[in-house]
Amino acid sequence: MTVTNDITASEASGSPEVSALPAKGQGVRKVPTSWTPWWVGYLQAAPMALVFLLFFILPLAATFVVSFWNYTEYSIEPAFVTTNYSDVFYGCFSGGSALCTTFATYLSTLKFVAIVWLLTLQIGFTVAYFLCFHVKTLPMQIALFMVCTIPFWTSNVIRMISWIPLLGRYGLVNETLQGLGLIDAPLEWLLYSDFAVALALVHLYTLFMVVPIFNSMMRIDKALIEAAYDAGASSWQTLTNIVIPLVKPGIVIGSIFVVTIVTGDYLTIGIMGGQQIASVGKVIQTQINFLQFPIAAANAIVLLAVVLLTIWGMLRLVDIRKEL
Amino acid sequence: MPKTTQSSLSRRTLLQGGAAAAGLAATAKLSAFPTPALAQEPVTLRYLSTAVNQSPGIAQKAGEDLGINIEYIAVTTDDVAKRVITQPNSFDLVDTEYFALPKLLPSGNIMGLDASKIELSDKIVSVIRDGTVAGKPVGLDGTAPSEVLYLPSEQATEFAGEETGFLTLIPTTYNADTLGIRPDLIDADISSWASLLDPQFAGKAAILNIPSIGIMDAAMALEARGDMTYGDKGNMTREEIDATIAALIEAKRAGQFRAFWTDFNESVNLMASGEVVIQSMWSPAVTAVRTQGIECKYQPLKEGYRAWASGFGLPVAIDDREKDAAYEFINWFLSGWAGAHLAKQGYYTAVLDTTKEAMEPYEWAYWFEGQPAEQDIMSPDGKLLEKAGATRDGGSYDERMGKVACWNAVMDENIYMIRKWNEFIAA
Repeated sequence: MTVTNDITASEASGSPEVSALPAKGQGVRKVPTSWTPWWVGYLQAAPMALVFLLFFILPLAATFVVSFWNYTEYSIEPAFVTTNYSDVFYGCFSGGSALCTTFATYLSTLKFVAIVWLLTLQIGFTVAYFLCFHVKTLPMQIALFMVCTIPFWTSNVIRMISWIPLLGRYGLVNETLQGLGLIDAPLEWLLYSDFAVALALVHLYTLFMVVPIFNSMMRIDKALIEAAYDAGASSWQTLTNIVIPLVKPGIVIGSIFVVTIVTGDYLTIGIMGGQQIASVGKVIQTQINFLQFPIAAANAIVLLAVVLLTIWGMLRLVDIRKEL
Repeated sequence: MPKTTQSSLSRRTLLQGGAAAAGLAATAKLSAFPTPALAQEPVTLRYLSTAVNQSPGIAQKAGEDLGINIEYIAVTTDDVAKRVITQPNSFDLVDTEYFALPKLLPSGNIMGLDASKIELSDKIVSVIRDGTVAGKPVGLDGTAPSEVLYLPSEQATEFAGEETGFLTLIPTTYNADTLGIRPDLIDADISSWASLLDPQFAGKAAILNIPSIGIMDAAMALEARGDMTYGDKGNMTREEIDATIAALIEAKRAGQFRAFWTDFNESVNLMASGEVVIQSMWSPAVTAVRTQGIECKYQPLKEGYRAWASGFGLPVAIDDREKDAAYEFINWFLSGWAGAHLAKQGYYTAVLDTTKEAMEPYEWAYWFEGQPAEQDIMSPDGKLLEKAGATRDGGSYDERMGKVACWNAVMDENIYMIRKWNEFIAA
């Protein structure tokens, strides 16, 4: 117990040193150490910046601008109106007992985010832990890691659709259970249900959790673990006091992947939910199909704000830049 | 003196240069001369429509008969309209539904077709031209083709109220939709649209997630059940939309629906897998289920059918050469072979006389006259559709098209309707 306390203490005392480093660095910088002109760094960053500007910033700005435009069935007109946003939140603040469409949709999405995040984290962490600490040799670790990525060799739509013959009313699972005499009537909730959506999402996105967590775990100095054992820590204590704090950055990165993907997902929710479960993406798609671009843009901006807020919140929990 | 020589020299060079330039121009003209030879290269028509309407057989036959190269662009129903409005230069010929016209026409991106250039324009069926079948009027709720068929001029952006020399779309295919059922999985007799919302089929019904069509199916069911009467199911008031969506939400919460679908193939899969035993279907989808060897009936209902019609339109931006080719292709399309090819998949065609000529008498009797098949009925690609002795669901052309109750539509309150529809999906 004391040892683990010491480790956290040394970690805590380590951080001031780290924060002191940049100050030292700045002092050194004033002496020219190379003949490279100052602007070369900017030049090297320019291609990526340009790509971002053209394919990310500009479309985003266009979306933002269009979200204030007017529209008819067949045209969109430049204007500055906030009706699109008030339409997005139509009925949300009127004080009615029923939730408005937008809040109900986000609530449903949030539910899936929570379920999928919890499950992918548990499974992802377990898989990464096994790969890192129970598989002894590096070639074997790499080989097993490659095995994890095999499903990614096919499209995620195909991986998703392959669940349908399995879970359907006359699908493999129901036929087997009925054949074994475990159930009398087919289980209806297996397909086109919340269960099916959560199952497919967990199946599709667990690897996004495995990779960053595995990466963080591989960086843990094995001597730390040995020291913990030598000092008498139980496996559980080692896990909670050493492994988990050290893989926090991996967990946060994995969580960002999973949370943002699930928030924006509408294909999985559409196919596995039989299109009966709402998702923000589907609302936007319907509006675009009916050429209501401005309100679709407003919805996209709201979605973006929600995702950014979530990421901001997660980054507040762990300072990734410091931990990396 | 030397100056003049210089100037004369320079004048000479100038002249030489001029002659050379003239020579060059002449050769350029010469080289430009063989353009007629270039024009004999086949014209390509980019043909925009849903995948259902794009038969490889038609493109091949058109290539053989006319030397026109048909390049299909396959998108979904909604995307056809979206593309006409947002990318009017990306196609030369569009096959779109009449109900999209109130959206497409005001955009100014499609133009009228000159009836005088369409040889068989006066032979186009009456149900499209004036909404009658065998002299009797059919239901015109919704966007009936007869209401949006004519334009006052080629480039007009508003419909003409009467017959004129310019047509918005030349019909390609049309049909009357109804409920498809799995007779092997349903005990009861289905005779009304109300069955779509019958709790007996809880968890085994499906509805279209294309709001403009889905809400009309729901309206047919609600009216059949006696819950409501509509002024015009294809153009509801806000109150009617509210009441319809409320009823749909109630049914959804009670677990009536197994799934919703947007794509033709999804409806086929839902039906073939047995997940759904009753749903609104498109005629070729029923055919597709049957070719898998699974029983599926296109059940006629006492309230009548929800009809749709699709037709050729031209983009305003079309070039003369493509425009001529498009007219040539449309004339060929109406002349028989293409119609028969489509009729054998269960569609109805624009000019019945030429279709009849291009079909075998027993095929015509089966598809259009409601007679039992004298021989096995084959699809155009040679697959067995029906054994000898079978009759078409719903009977003859006059019986089926004569019982049309409403047409696919875009409502005046479309924007409001879509908001309410999203509410239904989220409920």
